[in-house]
Amino acid sequence: MIKQDIVIAGFGGQGILSAGKVLANAGMLEDKYVSWLPSYGPEMRGGTANCHVVISEEPVASPIINDATTLIVMNGPSLEKFEDMVVEGGLIIIDSSLVETEVKRKDVEVFRIPASKMADDMGNVTYANIILLGKLIAKTGIISKDSFEESLKKVLPAKKHYMIPEEVEALKMGMSL
Amino acid sequence: MGEKILMKGNEVIGEAALRAGCKHYFGYPITPQTEIAHYMAKRMPMVGGTFVQAESEVAAINMVYGAASAGVRALTSSSSPGISLKQEGISYASCAELPAVIVNIVRCGPGLGGILPAQCDYFQAVKGGGHGDYKMVVLAPCSVQELYELTVEAFNIADKYRILVMIMGDGILGQMMEPVEFKDKEEIISVQKNWAASGTKMNRENNVITSIYIDPEKMEKHNLKLQEKYSRIASSEVKVETYNCENADIIVSAFGSVARIVKNVISMAEKEGIKVGLIRPITLWPFPESEFLKYADVPKAFLTVEMNAGQMFEDVKMAVNGRKKVYFHGRMGGMIPTQQDILDKIKEILKV
Repeated sequence: MIKQDIVIAGFGGQGILSAGKVLANAGMLEDKYVSWLPSYGPEMRGGTANCHVVISEEPVASPIINDATTLIVMNGPSLEKFEDMVVEGGLIIIDSSLVETEVKRKDVEVFRIPASKMADDMGNVTYANIILLGKLIAKTGIISKDSFEESLKKVLPAKKHYMIPEEVEALKMGMSL
Repeated sequence: MGEKILMKGNEVIGEAALRAGCKHYFGYPITPQTEIAHYMAKRMPMVGGTFVQAESEVAAINMVYGAASAGVRALTSSSSPGISLKQEGISYASCAELPAVIVNIVRCGPGLGGILPAQCDYFQAVKGGGHGDYKMVVLAPCSVQELYELTVEAFNIADKYRILVMIMGDGILGQMMEPVEFKDKEEIISVQKNWAASGTKMNRENNVITSIYIDPEKMEKHNLKLQEKYSRIASSEVKVETYNCENADIIVSAFGSVARIVKNVISMAEKEGIKVGLIRPITLWPFPESEFLKYADVPKAFLTVEMNAGQMFEDVKMAVNGRKKVYFHGRMGGMIPTQQDILDKIKEILKV
């Protein structure tokens, strides 16, 4: 059975929650079972945010992830906080422009991608989350590039649809790494 | 059925209420349910309805009292401390037999507590948080789709019996997004509200909505009428999900979001050769007692798992009625029971 339990974590404002929404929506468009659960606790006031996204071929029992198959991190504190929840053989995808800390685990696959730097070079640092999602998609095949693009149309408000071609470029960039 | 849409639980409650024909919402913001008010503030003007941000929770429940008295479908929503404030109004509306829907997206208490998920308002909801011998129908959905379906149903039950219906969720359900599929048309029961204080047009006697009966004989008679209504509801409105209970080594009981964690535990336990069943009460009142009796001889023991200190636990014990031992596992303060902890508890009970 194909199932991904994905935790995305970083600072508020990096598009952590929206990246999760786009992912979950794309999964739904492929007729998979999905759930998206944001952190809404007091830790948000300190500026960190995270969300749990489950995409599965079977109905999602609990939307709360205890064992993540993939962790995407966009700040140092989140790596420290969440690296232990990744399953053996799982993935950790790191924005290395922002996270200097090394992963302590030896039993997981780690990808360090300078996503914020790459996105900044593209002209919009907010695409960093999309570049990291690109890596996730290429590595796991949990959703297709086309569903991702379709999902953007659903999640983004119409006035932001002009960004879609660039976001797809960012995704492809992440996929090719 | 239409297409699937990914929506937040709280917003789905708002949309479901509108689809159920509710055009009157009164509330006061509190995390983690404020999105219900946001949604209603945005949508009510589009459907010609009324959204009022009241000056307090006390005011909001009394606005519901007023709207329901006039015979329209009305909704208020809040979270634990706010629901405590509404208790007086809930007791009054129950005595006056007003149909309305109240949503409690429970947060951890007691006191101002915290904003994280909890189920610590079970007693308040099912045993009567206000004064007097009254009952509310209490519905406990466990998914966004069920939030939708049960919200629509809540309005139907309310109108059918002239009773308050509470939808009890928590921050997990309210904040999470899941696909939801709305029906093209809702099944809305139509009830003649010839009791409503909706204007006589000078061609009938006044209808009086009241909760005061100074004469003790009249007050007792009214109480008996309420009790008769509650027994009718208890015999016809029970909802429960039973999963994997045949030949179960242990039957776990949990409601709302915790029941979903238990479903993960069921698959984990299966890999270790332990058969775990689940009885998930969907109506917390009326409580599905007979479902527990039906399976009482099957497992070695029962276990209830809740985000509180053991509240539904008492009802499960009463339902099982000494035929098997009932154990409890719970977390409080916004902590969520983990599947591993539940599995460990099961193994401890079964001594495997």
